[in-house]
Amino acid sequence: MTLIAWSVVDLARIQFATTSIYHFLFVPLTLGLGPLVATMQTLWYRTRDENWLRLTKFFGTLFLINFAIGVATGLVQEFEFGMNWSVYSRFVGNVFGAPLAIEGLAAFMLESTFLGLWIFGWNRLSPRVHLATLWTAVLGTWLSGYFILVANSWMQHPVGYKIVDGQAQLTSVWALLSNGFALRAYLHTMLAGLIFGSIVMLGICCWHFLRGRDVDVFRQAAKVALIVAVPVTLLQLVVGNRFGEAVTSAQSMKIAASEAQWNTCQPCGFSAFQIGGFTKNDPTPSFSIVIPRVLSYMATGSFSGQVQGLNQLQQQEEQKYGRGVNYMPNVRTIYWSMRVMAYMGVLMFLIAALGALLYWKKRLEHARWFHRTAIVAIAFPYIAATAGWILTEMGRQPWIVQGLLLTSQANSPSVSTTWLGISLGFFVLLYVFLGVVDFVLMRRYARPGRPAPREEVPEPAVSF
Amino acid sequence: MNLQNVWFVLIGVLWTGYFVLEGFDFGVGMLLPFVGRDQRERGVMLESIGPVWDGNEVWLVVAGGATFAAFPGWYATMFSGFYIALLLILFFLIVRVVSFEWREKSDSPRWQAVWAGANTLGSVGAPLIWGIAFANLLQGVPLDSSHEFTGTFWDLFSVYSVLAGVTFVVLFAFHGAGYLTLRLTGDLCRRAAHAKWRLALPAVALGASFLIWTVSVAVDNNDKPVLTPAIPAAAAIVALVLALVFSFLHRRAWAFGLTAATIALVVATLFTSLYPRVIVSSPDFANSVTIANSASAHYTLTVLTVVAVITTPLVLLYQSWTYYVFRARVTGEEVASPTKMITQPPAGA
Repeated sequence: MTLIAWSVVDLARIQFATTSIYHFLFVPLTLGLGPLVATMQTLWYRTRDENWLRLTKFFGTLFLINFAIGVATGLVQEFEFGMNWSVYSRFVGNVFGAPLAIEGLAAFMLESTFLGLWIFGWNRLSPRVHLATLWTAVLGTWLSGYFILVANSWMQHPVGYKIVDGQAQLTSVWALLSNGFALRAYLHTMLAGLIFGSIVMLGICCWHFLRGRDVDVFRQAAKVALIVAVPVTLLQLVVGNRFGEAVTSAQSMKIAASEAQWNTCQPCGFSAFQIGGFTKNDPTPSFSIVIPRVLSYMATGSFSGQVQGLNQLQQQEEQKYGRGVNYMPNVRTIYWSMRVMAYMGVLMFLIAALGALLYWKKRLEHARWFHRTAIVAIAFPYIAATAGWILTEMGRQPWIVQGLLLTSQANSPSVSTTWLGISLGFFVLLYVFLGVVDFVLMRRYARPGRPAPREEVPEPAVSF
Repeated sequence: MNLQNVWFVLIGVLWTGYFVLEGFDFGVGMLLPFVGRDQRERGVMLESIGPVWDGNEVWLVVAGGATFAAFPGWYATMFSGFYIALLLILFFLIVRVVSFEWREKSDSPRWQAVWAGANTLGSVGAPLIWGIAFANLLQGVPLDSSHEFTGTFWDLFSVYSVLAGVTFVVLFAFHGAGYLTLRLTGDLCRRAAHAKWRLALPAVALGASFLIWTVSVAVDNNDKPVLTPAIPAAAAIVALVLALVFSFLHRRAWAFGLTAATIALVVATLFTSLYPRVIVSSPDFANSVTIANSASAHYTLTVLTVVAVITTPLVLLYQSWTYYVFRARVTGEEVASPTKMITQPPAGA
């Protein structure tokens, strides 16, 4: 396939996928590292233990490097709806625009302003107020996430609206804000953020253990990371599963596709792995590992629940919305993105549990094999989150707003393939460049035995 | 006044907040190579806006989000129509955002020079394109009957729109120089004052021409009576001239307050000239995007109003507090940049 063969909608979709996946590589680390850094600063404030201060500053720097790209790429997201999806924007602005505007006013302002106070306020604010600025900024990031997920969840499960003159109009802001889908998505995403924060932190601690650098300091950080990681990764498995139930009722097609379930079943086994069976013409896998009844439980909460098949759902949708449209998302992609996400989730729980066990046995600093594992595991939350968003967004196709507007009809008519080609190339080049610089900087500032600036400052009390 | 008009004014207020606040950040960025002689001095200049620039930029995020929510039609036409222009703005803003954070991350002079340069580039580029974009809203762009843009990127350039862009740049540079005279000390501060004096006349000349031309465009292209846009335009010119006078009288705070007022009045002139339209269509005037045909329904606007009434005063309060906390002039003695932060003993430790 060449670029020329792609339609405007294809290019706009590729662009949105690229920029939003990229944006979400930085956002969850901000969401998760924020409270962890604030916790360490609180511990310093309470105990006056210098190690906590060193850790606050160490992880605080990583938090800020990461935050900068999150801000820069977030702006792109806000502009992109209007730039590439003008029909969508006109259609949903009444409803979808509201949480975005509220996010800016009520959350992003808080986050940006108080983070500025925190970064520059070390010597100008009392320790108590300075600590409060960080917690306020963290509150801002968590509020921000809520409003964004309210907006996104409305695309998955529209509530509190009516259609007037071909436009969705808000009828109940409470329905919008208390959308059950949004609340579950929020919990799932915030837990993902905490997993990011704690797993990345654990990996960096293990990197220091491996090199034998500042072991005493990083043992304290590893403890914090493990205290968060173990319950959160476990809870996420439960919450992710419950979220699946919400998806089943709002977007049956997404669940059917994520299980490559072509025909309605009851009870349904969970396919843990399969080869083939991903297309309508080849619905039966040539090889599969199936765990009986588990899919019924995951999708409905009952071991004997019924899960509708893709073919049956296609018929229902055709009756509801008209023939001539394939209402199924790409089954192969959805099936695997769901598994990559879930398996990564399980793997991260096992690593966290293992780490906690080693910590308890006082062997965490010496288990070199675990250090290497934990360093590799830094990549896992990134993989899981990316897979999760691919599942969420591609699983909604062909709809841009579930049941209301098709993606193929939502793009900007005034934007040509040329413009889209230019902007796509532009974003890819810019983002690759930003990514490389960010990676180099993060690595440099996370590295064990980073050049100690003790000579730089006369009072070496807290230097690194 | 109905809610649609209230929101038209509020969008104007949000853009005013953005241009007044980020205006001096842009100005500081533009003046880095001229006022700062070495990387240390440029670091001090950047420190003067370090704690506040991010909060200032959020005014853009809010303006964008509020336009999306309150006037979906305006947002959709403007953002898809001014496609390449907005892409350029994103480029300028992104390199600028990361430059703040990244410049400090290495002591290499070359690295610092690159990111100071990126900051300057972004600080010139973004207001230039914003000026061009806003001029086009008023001057008129080709739209079809469903309000979709039918022109090309090059249609956005005219003598008037480019004048608008250049005016934004010079006005912000003047505004930023005024800010620096309030925030720096010693030789650096003197050089900022010199820069301000040099910029004063060009700013007045460009500002006045742009404002007068704007009134004439409003009359010709948007069917406005002369008086309505002429009042804020005249007030803007008066403020700008007074800013020049106070600059030369060494009344720094007054001069800065007056450049802020000028920028606010320029936005007021543009919005008054646009009313009741938000994007003028030319040549098919009937296809213009208006407040009425692009606004959200009453319920959405009510929700937004409640949120704005509660949060805006809070935002103003805590942002003002930030300026109060960092009111001391920056000297470069105590560079509290994020990297240096790591090496610094905290208060009370």
